[in-house]
Amino acid sequence: MKLDGGASRPARYRAALVFAATLLLAGCGSDASWHLRDISGLMPDLQFTLTGSDGRHLDATRFRGKITLLYFGYTHCPDVCPTTLTKLAKAVASLGAQADRVRILFVSVDPERDTPAKLAAYSRYFGPQIVGLTGDNKELRALTKRYRVTYGLGKPDAEGNYEVTHSSAVFIFDAKGEVRLLATHQDKGDAIATDLQRLIGAG
Amino acid sequence: MPQLIEWLTPWEFSPTVLICTLLAGSLYARGARRCAAHGAPVPIWRSVCFFIGLALIYLVLQSYFDYLSQHMFWVHRLQHLVLHHLGPFLMIVALRPDLVRRALPSWVHRRVVGPAVRDPFLYGSYRFIQHPLVASLLFVGLIYFWLTPSIHFAAMLSTPRYLAMNWSMVIDGLLFWWVVLDPRPPAAHGTAGYGTRTVMLWAVIPPQIILGAHIGLSETSLFSVYNVCGRAWPISPIVDQQIGGLITWIPASMMSIVAALIVIRLWMHAPNATPGAARRTHGTIAKEPLPE
Repeated sequence: MKLDGGASRPARYRAALVFAATLLLAGCGSDASWHLRDISGLMPDLQFTLTGSDGRHLDATRFRGKITLLYFGYTHCPDVCPTTLTKLAKAVASLGAQADRVRILFVSVDPERDTPAKLAAYSRYFGPQIVGLTGDNKELRALTKRYRVTYGLGKPDAEGNYEVTHSSAVFIFDAKGEVRLLATHQDKGDAIATDLQRLIGAG
Repeated sequence: MPQLIEWLTPWEFSPTVLICTLLAGSLYARGARRCAAHGAPVPIWRSVCFFIGLALIYLVLQSYFDYLSQHMFWVHRLQHLVLHHLGPFLMIVALRPDLVRRALPSWVHRRVVGPAVRDPFLYGSYRFIQHPLVASLLFVGLIYFWLTPSIHFAAMLSTPRYLAMNWSMVIDGLLFWWVVLDPRPPAAHGTAGYGTRTVMLWAVIPPQIILGAHIGLSETSLFSVYNVCGRAWPISPIVDQQIGGLITWIPASMMSIVAALIVIRLWMHAPNATPGAARRTHGTIAKEPLPE
């Protein structure tokens, strides 16, 4: 009797705690369980026509069935692009056998300098899941506009070098091509890996 | 020239904005023409105000300016200053009761305005949102709502939310400035009195100053969406935010002061203040038959 009464109180306490925690989580919004920002339904599904590293046209349907990460940059990028790509490639590699279910699309917004061949070599250097893509100005503008990001080419210096401003967003699409998460350069590799794992698990 | 065309090309073309702009412009022109025909011409300054306000709203929504607004915080604040404050203010200042009446075709009066005014729910809702307290809360509340960092983030990513944000600003701007600048004498129409309107105008200043100062003086970047999506040109995020805060802070509050001066002018010309002036401005209009 005495034992029973003693055991039920912590149990009740625990139930109340779980209930309160659930309420708290619900209050935090739907993205409380993701490490990255949940942007489901905020943006249109993955669609584009670009040029692949073999120089041929390529559209988004090629990547249906894969978890797809979309990132904009350029190969002359001094810091942000290489660090982001390294981080993304590491996160994907940590998935082991499931790494093949993920593709990282690195879209160069500097088609003048980034030829398909150059992009192919650059992407290969970071990892096997990275796909280098680019396009003409019209295709790039259409894609960046679709995802409400922008880029700009700076004025060339005496040696013809110029800076390119671009977004730091990594848009993550599920196997159906629907937008799910947004990662930025501030997100940790572990957080990205955990969320990718969850996306793969969800189908 | 090609550059000008590029500037004027809508970044994201909206047939709704185009149709609404053309409709508002032609209705005003019709009203002004018919007023002139009835011997009560609309002063040129009113027409100029209306078309400048309308053109400003159209341009910040349907030109390269919209692209800049999406990718630069302070340009976005400037866009909202036009959408919520300056544009609707200029359009409302340009209205005269007889002009509004004559602008609308008689079938609109018969089939739309009449039934809407007689419908207890529609008219009740309208009176509710136009209540001075509700209108002031909505005016300030909308600014706070869309500048809540998480809501702002989603609005800048999602096209439907972005459109909802901009439309809500224009519609609320028209509603608020109509309560404040309604040229009809309050005693005869049951609208907000001039004292109440003055209080409204002063009441909306402090919340805008607090918000503007909070944004402008913040040492951290509050609206990360512009870092994430890229800015229109290289500028430090904090400088961008400081300018944006100042736009929210100073010109927005100055609008209240200009409006307060107009309310005082309306007050002085109100029927019970100077009867002679009232008979001149309102008496002639009241005697005229409704336009067909």
